[in-house]
Amino acid sequence: MYIIIVGAGKVGYHLAKLLMTQGYGHEVMLIEKDRAKVDLLSMEFHDAIMEADGSTVEALKEAGANRADVVVATTGNDEDNLVICQIAKVMFLRPRTIARVNNPRNEELFTGLGVDASVSGTKLINAIIHEQVRAGDMMIPLLTLKAGDIEIVEVQLTRSSHIVKKKIKDLTLPPGSIFIAVIRGEEVIIPYGETEFQPEDKVLALVKRTSEEALRKML
Amino acid sequence: MRVMIIGCGRVGAVLANRLDEGGHEVIVLDRNQQAFRRLSEKFSGERIVGNGLVEEFVRPTLEKKTDMLFAMTDKDNINLMIAQRVKLNFQPGKVIAVVHDSILAGIYKELGVQTVCPTDLVIKDLLQTIQEG
Repeated sequence: MYIIIVGAGKVGYHLAKLLMTQGYGHEVMLIEKDRAKVDLLSMEFHDAIMEADGSTVEALKEAGANRADVVVATTGNDEDNLVICQIAKVMFLRPRTIARVNNPRNEELFTGLGVDASVSGTKLINAIIHEQVRAGDMMIPLLTLKAGDIEIVEVQLTRSSHIVKKKIKDLTLPPGSIFIAVIRGEEVIIPYGETEFQPEDKVLALVKRTSEEALRKML
Repeated sequence: MRVMIIGCGRVGAVLANRLDEGGHEVIVLDRNQQAFRRLSEKFSGERIVGNGLVEEFVRPTLEKKTDMLFAMTDKDNINLMIAQRVKLNFQPGKVIAVVHDSILAGIYKELGVQTVCPTDLVIKDLLQTIQEG
């Protein structure tokens, strides 16, 4: 894929390096408006870095936005990231646009204004810390989807769990949650109405963050 | 009319003074307190020190019915973000963003954001002067 990254700060730099490595092997162009930064990085990036204001049509055109699959705006200014994504979308061949959101409160606005995906560092770090804090808990988050809105969690049942010896059909799951697998010893059971929970079962569930507390209480 | 002006620069301040003289209710916001020195001594409108990109600073003004909002800081991208957020969240009568980059101004006009481009106006004026000889 051809990926244009605007902003060669810490986020943009490391993202570009990562995407260019063997494992990913993407073609990358890094756009940075600070000449000193460009000079410093040109040894490393050669033709894959250019000095320009990425929030202008001219710069994006020069970077080859017309054949870009993805445009990522990683600058430290939300207003620049928004404009970069918006003009990339309407002036070129509708690349996928991803914006870094510096102020988490702008995330919703970006989505409403047509940015395909926004990533908030603050929100992610908070979520990870929150997860670690809960790690001592019996409900272990395995996978986070949709930037933290949905999770797959693992719950280790014990003799005292409320749902032990009960069948799924007799339980009322909180809305926004579903059991996806029961691991019993070496066996993986895809649960259905007749499945009865046993002590020592590991239960995998898909749950919306908003329903997590209700599911925790139920188990 | 009730008008909010974000960015009390050379143009914003004069616009604020004129509207105020014309008997309109004017609210001016700027990050920098010093910017209000550009307002005339007679200016009777409200001055708010704050960041126009942060909703807390504009909400108290825009929660009341506002006829017009001008986003006219010295940064095009800031003006465009303010204008789009305000349109989405508060729906005042009219929202105008000042955008110096003529191409950007054109794009956002297409996207439904009303823009005024000082660069285009100066060029138009210059060309007219040239034609007049």
